[in-house]
Parts: sequence; structure tokens; C-alpha cells
Amino acid sequence: MRHLLDTDGLGRDQAIALLDTAAEFSGIQERKVQKLPTLRGVTVANLFFEDSTRTRLSFESAAKKLSADVITFTGQGSSLSKGESLKDTAQTIEAMGTQIMVVRHSSSGAAWRLAHSGWLNSSVVNAGDGTHAHPTQALLDAYTMRSRLHGAAATGKDLDGVRVVIVGDIAHSRVARSNVHLLNTLGAEVTLVAPKTLMPTGVDKWSVTTQNNFDEALAGSPDVVMMLRVQHERMKGSHFPSPREYVSRYGLSAERFQSLKESTLVMHPGPMNRGVEISSVAADSPQSTILEQVTNGVWVRMAVLYSVYQQGDAR
Amino acid sequence: MTSYLIENASVVGEKVADLGISGGVFVDAKSLNRDDRDVTVIDATGLVALPGLVDLHTHLRQPGMDHAETVLSGSRAAAAGGFTCVHAMANTAPVADSVGITDLVHRLGREAGYADVRPIGAVTKGLEGAELAGIGGMANGEAQVRVFSDDGHCVSDSLVMRRALEYVSTFDGVIAQHAQDPRLTEGAQINEGALSSSLGLAGWPAVAEEAIIARDILLAEYTGARLHICHLSTKGSVDIVRQAKARGAKVTAEATPHHLLLTEELTSGYDPIFKVNPPLRTNEDVLAVREGVADGTIDIVATDHAPHPSEAKDCAFDEAAFGMLGLEVAINVVQKALVETGLLSWTDVARVLSTTPAAIGGVEGYATPFALGAPAHLALHDPSGEKLATMKYSKSHNNPYRELTLPGSIKYTFYRGVATVIESEVVDLGGHA
Repeated sequence: MRHLLDTDGLGRDQAIALLDTAAEFSGIQERKVQKLPTLRGVTVANLFFEDSTRTRLSFESAAKKLSADVITFTGQGSSLSKGESLKDTAQTIEAMGTQIMVVRHSSSGAAWRLAHSGWLNSSVVNAGDGTHAHPTQALLDAYTMRSRLHGAAATGKDLDGVRVVIVGDIAHSRVARSNVHLLNTLGAEVTLVAPKTLMPTGVDKWSVTTQNNFDEALAGSPDVVMMLRVQHERMKGSHFPSPREYVSRYGLSAERFQSLKESTLVMHPGPMNRGVEISSVAADSPQSTILEQVTNGVWVRMAVLYSVYQQGDAR
Repeated sequence: MTSYLIENASVVGEKVADLGISGGVFVDAKSLNRDDRDVTVIDATGLVALPGLVDLHTHLRQPGMDHAETVLSGSRAAAAGGFTCVHAMANTAPVADSVGITDLVHRLGREAGYADVRPIGAVTKGLEGAELAGIGGMANGEAQVRVFSDDGHCVSDSLVMRRALEYVSTFDGVIAQHAQDPRLTEGAQINEGALSSSLGLAGWPAVAEEAIIARDILLAEYTGARLHICHLSTKGSVDIVRQAKARGAKVTAEATPHHLLLTEELTSGYDPIFKVNPPLRTNEDVLAVREGVADGTIDIVATDHAPHPSEAKDCAFDEAAFGMLGLEVAINVVQKALVETGLLSWTDVARVLSTTPAAIGGVEGYATPFALGAPAHLALHDPSGEKLATMKYSKSHNNPYRELTLPGSIKYTFYRGVATVIESEVVDLGGHA
């Protein structure tokens, strides 16, 4: 794995190896000095053409815990507003001496373009591209499920038979796409829940069950309920009549949350709209993994940076 | 002026004959003496003689985008592909929405000397879809514009489209519609379907093309005007046009080489070289479009040759420009997709790439190919062999076929009796690109 661009095409063994590596890295929490020398002398560039403070900080934290040097580029107020292209920006940053590029971009396929157009030598890690993919989010979600379900015995395990319900704006969600691929690879059973206007075209060809009625999906007693953020403007007439109607049909309200079995995990990739797609009762419950997901994101991103560096062509 | 004696040509693939060219027109081959030093003899054994090809849909980018293409470079690319007449779309800068621009483009074509360059006038001012452009002025100008199009944009307002159809019908003009419902295709990048969803690229649904075609056919029938549909790309569109023609509607349609050969799967690596509008569709659509050409539902093949500088493609997919080159390989794609599949004969090729597009565009001199005394527009095509589909005469390099081999090659092109291509090389007529 020279690059990590998507979870599509990531094999089961490869995915499990990444999760196991992440689990090993999580062990540094127990140490006094929470830092490893693994990537000393390596420069990781965070190229955030689209702003995302939490993902950028998570990658930065992961790189620093591995002793890499980190340089950061953010879209706003930069040369992008002066019309510099993706290609020129990435080549300019690489010319400063980078080995790994972490790329976030609003255009689907931007990371793929950087990895496959012969523009760069660096390994490329996709930190979210348009409505296409967000592979490290899917890995950290799988990691979180695995560690909650299997605890200390998680190493080497997949998610065979785990029933996951993903709810929200599936059509525009890179998180949903990457989760579907990875969860399928790991043996989980995925149900997507959304109104038809927020369901992707051609979803019938995906290896998932689809459901327009959230309550019916919950009646199946899932092991995991993952709530996605829905952009406000999509609830205001363009894809749904009103936010109120959305909340009543697709929000994880206190009542819906209380109908779940006690072992059902409640997940959210953040940032949350409390009171919209998720109620505070659900978000703050012991079943919620929301803060764990953030912590696990650091271990998973350490594993990804380490793996792409190990397997980079140039080295 | 040199005379040419073309021996043993396979005339539209039907009969082997000699062709004579002298004084810019076809003459009786027997009137030329092969030993006369003013007569150049060409051995055309094995070559298919086609009437000079006519393209109803190109973008020559001049004025305003000369770094992508000029009338000269574009008409050289046209000659290389066997064309002797090209129609140049109106989306230049400034837009060709008044007689000054259309006559300028026409004059640049005449100065270049490789082909008849027929400007297409905009339907609406600035291609904005609101007010009618200077249609009458363009029609009456030196260029005698007969085809009007906002190509690149759809004339989406039903009332504007109705008025445009009514207005051009008074002088037998035609509206060439870029059929794309703008609201159904906001931000659209590739064909809508399972692939667009998995790539996370906004989808361009077939219904956005079909809905406009259906509406426009009804408007054309209601107004009695002529409608031409640009770059028809879906199976559903073929069905709609087929039904309309059965009713006797005055509608014509074109298919592009890329919609006859390439499919949406090519976009799965996010390479914008395959980004085009309307987008590459499914294999089922490609087969239906081919069938439409074969049964006459689709009247012509037109390239939608759309040059772009490399920076317009060397970027993220959704930031890239729409469009691909076509002039230099149209005949080769047609051979592969339509002739070698048994759907068209070379006589049919002459119809879809010369006679009919000339008739739709109101271009004189193409009605009776090879007729004695008619302007000597001729392409000699060697159907043998396959080669990598390179393009070398356009100023731009957005060639979607570059990794494919295509059959056949244009060996000679004659425009008004002047050899513009000799042994597959474009002749330098002395212009400056």
C-alpha cells in the first residue's frame, strides 16, 4: 500500500493488519513519553484544500507521535485564491522535501489525481475528497466497533456478522461510501437509511440493504447505529421539506435511542448537530463512542502513515 | 493550378473508377493526360474515395481562445481528418452573436484555405438564454449563417426556444440544440448511475437530455420549424427521435465519434481527458446510438471537436473543462464503430459525414458527390491497417483516444481542387496559426 486513497480495494488482511497496527500504537497511551521515533526525519505535508480542523489536527497529532515533521497548507487565504492549481500547489509543497502528503479536497478524486498522474513522488493519504471517500474515517470507525465488541481480544479479528445501520445524507457522504466498502470487506452487514432524495443513484448495486424508514431499520435490533451529519440547506426544501420533518423521521431522538438494546453502539463521525440528527441523550450515553472515535482516529492515522511510509516506492 | 488524375479509387466503396480534378472542380478523368506535366497522377488503388467530409459541430476557439485553437489550426486538423467544411460553434470570446463575429470567423477560414469554415451563430445574446441574438444580421452577412446554436448551453427557456425556432424558419435556418436541462444537471460531471455514485461525482442523468429533446420536438412540430439535436447520447433520446421521425417531424440529429465508441468506465480513474458534455454513457447507450445512425434516426456524425489547453485538463475532475478533440480521428472512429460492425457501408458514411450534414447546414456543392463541374471536395481514405490514434494538427492535446489504435487513415484531402493533405501529411498553404 503505497497510497491510501479509498477503502475500496483494501483487502481483508490488509485492513485487519492496519487495525492491528493501530492497536499496537494505542499502547503508547500507557507510556510516560507518548511518542515513538518511527518516522523521525520524515516530513508529512498536510494539504487541506478544504478546511477541516479536526481531521487536520488528528493527522498532525498522529504524525507527531511518530516523530515526523509536519508542514501544513490550508486552502483559505493561500495561493489557491490566486488561481494556483492542485498540481502546482502539491508540486510546490513536495519541492520543500516531503515524503507523505495528506490531502483533503472538495473535489472527488483529487487525492487519486495526485497519486496517479505522475505529478508527485510522495505517498498520498486521502483525508477526504468531495463526496467520494474518507478512508481513515472508515478505518477508525471499524477500529472502534472492533475494540468495543471484542475488547482486548480484538487483534486479528474482523467484523463478521456485525449489523450496522448508517443513517443520513448517504448521497453526499464520503464517510458512508468508505464505510460501506470496508464494512463489507470485514464481513459486517450494512443497512443504509435515508429518504430517497438523499440515497445515491445506483445504490441497488451496492452490497447493502436500503431502507427509507428509520424505525423499521431499528426494529431489526442492529449492533451499531451510525448517524451522519446532514447539511442544513439540504433539509430546507432542496432534498427534504423541512428540518423539523427530517428530525422527526431520521433523527436519533431520545425515544428511538431508548428503544435500542443496551449493547447497540451509537456512532457519529462529527461534527454533530445536537438535536438534529442526534439527541444529547444518545450522544452522551455510555453507548456512544463519539469521543472514542476521535481518540482512535489518532492510532489509525499513525498506522496509515507508518504503512504508506514503509511501502512507499522511493524507499 | 495542378490537375489531378486519381486512378483506381474505390468510389464510396462501390465501384473502382478514375477521378479527375482540374480548375477546382471534378472533370472527366478521360480528359486528363497522365503524361501532361501539369497533371499529377495519384494511384488510389485500395483507397476509398469519399466526398469531402462536412462537420456540423466544431469549436475552433477563435476569436478569444487562440491558445487552444485557431481557425487555421482547426482547419488544418479538419483537413487531416478528410474534412473540407467545418461549422464553428458560437461560444467564442466575444460570443458569435452578431454579424461582425460570424463574418470574421468566415473570413479567417477563407484566409486559411483548408476548408469552408461556416460560422454558427448564437441563438441568444451572449449565450445567456434570454434575448435573441442578431440572427437576421448573421444570416444576411457575408457568411450567410444558417445554423444557430447556444452549444455549451441549452436554450432551456421554452418561450425563447419557441421564438428562435419561429424566427429562423423564415429563411430556412435551423436551431441546433444542446439538449441539457440545466436544473437537472447542476454541477454534473459524468453520466448518472452506479459509477457516478461510487466515484462521488455529480451525475448527469439521461432524462436531462431526453426531456429537452422531447420538448423541442413538440415545439418544432408546433411551429413547423427545423430542429437539429446536437450530440445525442442516450438510448432514450434515440427512441424519442425515432418516434418523432415516424410522425414526420422536421428534426435531425447528430452523434459524436466519442459517443459511438467510448463509455463511462473510462472516467473511473478521474482523468478529465474523458470529461465531456454530454458525458460518456453506458455501453447500452453506445449500442443504441450506433443503431440510431444505422437506421437513419440519427442523420449525421459530427465531431464536437473541443480543444482545451493542457491546464484546463491537468487538474481535479470537477475543475476541468468539458470537451475532447475529434476532427483528426472521426473517420477512423466511424470505421471502427459503424463500418467494421457492419452497420454502415462507405456509401452510408458519405451520407452521414458529408451529404446530409451539408444539407442540414445549407452548404452548397455537396448534394451530388463527384458530379462533373462540382467543387472538387474529396477525401481518399485507406481503410487498411490500424494505428495509434495520435493527433498532431490541433493546437490542443485533449485526445481521449490516445491509448487506442484505430483503423484506417486519410491519405489525401482535396478542398476545391487544392490538395490539403498529401500522403497523410497536411500541406503547408502558408498561413500562420
